Amino acid sequence: MEQQIAVSGLGGQGVLFVTKLLAETALRTGFSVLVSETHGMAQRGGNVVSHLKVFPRHDSKEEAAEDSLSMQPMTSPLIRPGRADVLLALHEEALAAHGFLVKPEGAVFCNRSDPKGPTDVDAVARAKAVGSAVAANVVLLGYAAARGGLFCTVDELRAVLQQWGGSRMEVSLSALDAGARAAREEKTA
Amino acid sequence: MGARTILLGNEAIAHGLLEAGCTMATSYPGTPASEIMSALMQLKRRHNLSCHLEWSVNEKVAVETALANSYAGRRSAAAMKQVGLNVAADPVMSAAYTGVKGGFLLIVADDPGPHSSQTEQDTRQFAMFAKLPVLDPAQPAQARAWIAPAYELSEAYEIPVILRPTTRVCHARQDMTPKAFQTAAPQPVFEKDPARWAATPKFRYLLHKRLNEKLDKIADDPRWQPQMLNRKILDEAGQWKTADGFDKVIVASGAACAHAVEILRDLNLWTRLPIFQVPMPYPLSERFCTELLEKAGTILVLEETQPVIEGQLRDRAKVLGRLSGHVPREGELLPEIVENIIRRFAGLPEVSLSPPAAGRRPTLCAGCGHRAAFFAIRKVFPKGIYASDIGCYTLGLNLGAVDTVLCMGASISQAAGFHHAFRAAGQNSRPVVATIGDSTFYHAGIPALINAVAQGCRFPVVILDNGTTAMTGHQPTPAAGMTTNGTPVPAVTLENLAAACGVTHVSVGDPYDVPGFTALLKAAKDHCRDEENGGMAVVIARRPCLMDQARREARRSPAHAPTITEKCEGCGFCLKFFECPALVFHGEKEAVTIDETLCAGCGVCVHVCPHDAIQWPSVSPA
Repeated sequence: MEQQIAVSGLGGQGVLFVTKLLAETALRTGFSVLVSETHGMAQRGGNVVSHLKVFPRHDSKEEAAEDSLSMQPMTSPLIRPGRADVLLALHEEALAAHGFLVKPEGAVFCNRSDPKGPTDVDAVARAKAVGSAVAANVVLLGYAAARGGLFCTVDELRAVLQQWGGSRMEVSLSALDAGARAAREEKTA
Repeated sequence: MGARTILLGNEAIAHGLLEAGCTMATSYPGTPASEIMSALMQLKRRHNLSCHLEWSVNEKVAVETALANSYAGRRSAAAMKQVGLNVAADPVMSAAYTGVKGGFLLIVADDPGPHSSQTEQDTRQFAMFAKLPVLDPAQPAQARAWIAPAYELSEAYEIPVILRPTTRVCHARQDMTPKAFQTAAPQPVFEKDPARWAATPKFRYLLHKRLNEKLDKIADDPRWQPQMLNRKILDEAGQWKTADGFDKVIVASGAACAHAVEILRDLNLWTRLPIFQVPMPYPLSERFCTELLEKAGTILVLEETQPVIEGQLRDRAKVLGRLSGHVPREGELLPEIVENIIRRFAGLPEVSLSPPAAGRRPTLCAGCGHRAAFFAIRKVFPKGIYASDIGCYTLGLNLGAVDTVLCMGASISQAAGFHHAFRAAGQNSRPVVATIGDSTFYHAGIPALINAVAQGCRFPVVILDNGTTAMTGHQPTPAAGMTTNGTPVPAVTLENLAAACGVTHVSVGDPYDVPGFTALLKAAKDHCRDEENGGMAVVIARRPCLMDQARREARRSPAHAPTITEKCEGCGFCLKFFECPALVFHGEKEAVTIDETLCAGCGVCVHVCPHDAIQWPSVSPA
């Protein structure tokens, strides 16, 4: 199992948080990861993108192998155009900005106030409903996971959030479930 | 320790330093290097370590401070971004000659692209210039794992060693297994040796000779020789023995090497095309170069951003890279670019690339005090020349309030240059205003201000004081009055500094108070124009960074937003000259709306609208 995921949004929407949560979930389910992030000036309201690659861990007994490029199935932290399996678009502008990363048969999960496509969800409205508009990022993540688009399940993501704890844990857990619920509603609809 | 964990490249570097027993690290924040020191400080607190860590006032001071710890026999590091190395160039050049005792690691983060820098300079080339060995890791795990042996190299040859990660290493995350920290630190011992530590030119010649001899040996150090990454699989594939030579070969270093390996696998070239990783691009082993040039038909060099390895492989007919036009001379070597270079090299069809859509430009946050200050400056000094500087406030560009951005601290010296130029031409009426952030002022603005006073300049300097180094992640400034350990120290205040630089007109105001702050600017303007008693003026625009506040309080307090009345004509003035993200423009003649989730409630826009269409609700918030 290998998966390349791009997470795109505007600075302040929580692109880094979603990426970190996915990466940690991958680690705990036995994968290796490579991630690339946007820091610095672009975070001030500009388009922000994270790249995440999830791939089988190479378990080597040799200590020196860990930092050798020879043994890793993936070595670059960046996704090439047309190679992403999944794009998580926290804002519809993300499609124009980073849609080129997704491969033709890839999945795009997009947060939109007026859902158009089959994988759109109004993540902000659902986040507001659980009490925090800024948790839209986690809603979208829960939605994508419940739709079966990710290498991991909603339960695996939940377990990581619970282990992290912190003051925003309850909100994040509610948002994750709200996203998953949105996916289930579509199935039954 | 011992558990597998995901680390950001800069966190991995912090781990590497502590695993290797670093006892002092210094830094000045700058993207993409900033998180190295933040991570060190976190680890120090979490593990109760005794090492000395500091955000120094600038990179030159950072290097000099950490270097002395190395003179005293203890492992040290100074971390900065690549343009920070320009500021620290003086001590670094000299330290190559004096050498060190305890291992000294100079960590310089390069920014091909550039993403957040004014140049794409290559620190590996600077290393050649300074005659220092430089290591070029491809991934976070390499950056961490190379630090302990880098210290061994530094100590074996008593020489500073440069570790050069790039943005794609610093801001990449990777899973790895960190080791326990080495906490036993040697006692500081300083052996007096004036011929070395205080060498006069006569002794400097001898030190230079010794440095050259060190470099000859370092070039052949077995730990740092280029490695053919796919040698085993190529030899097993049995088409030919790599020892006999190769038709085509790739030589790569840094992130470009990480991209290349993955691409070779994808294109099924991994078992056909040999690739060397060069961990130490300078000094490159003469033996390696000679042997490679003998054995290889053509050599493709992939490196960022200057032809450092390529230049050392001295056969222009055989070597393809930047000098031969096979690799772009500017911009980041993104993996898609590397793929096409490799495809061309291997005789495969290239993939057509369409440039991605232009994204949304970054902007100052809603409620940022800088925006308010810029608005007032433009009002009081219309048609001025606005010399500015490096920081969040560079985004004043969007407001037409920033005309020049050169390098740290240049706002004041360049404003002085404009002032002299226009005064010499008899055009005293052209206003010149310098804007500089608080951290940037401490870093490099002070000598420029002294100079402006000493040269009889007359222009206002507005210090945009948000109390922090905001752009790079809110590092403290010398005004904090506290070390990173929480020990109280005298606060070095901007107003005292300005006065001590010889400025006789110093004022402090809150840019949110638009009428009050505008009055301060007018008073400063009058002072600059006062023929008899006037001179330089400093206005400190003091308003804490909202992001910093939100970070400290771990929440954003709900704000009361002003309202838009029916007077709004959709003229777009507030969009063009204020550009607050909370003001949403819907097109000409359509009323503007306020995005209450973004609005910080600063109320500055109430003073911005030329039609008085933005007002506080009748009950004004407390």
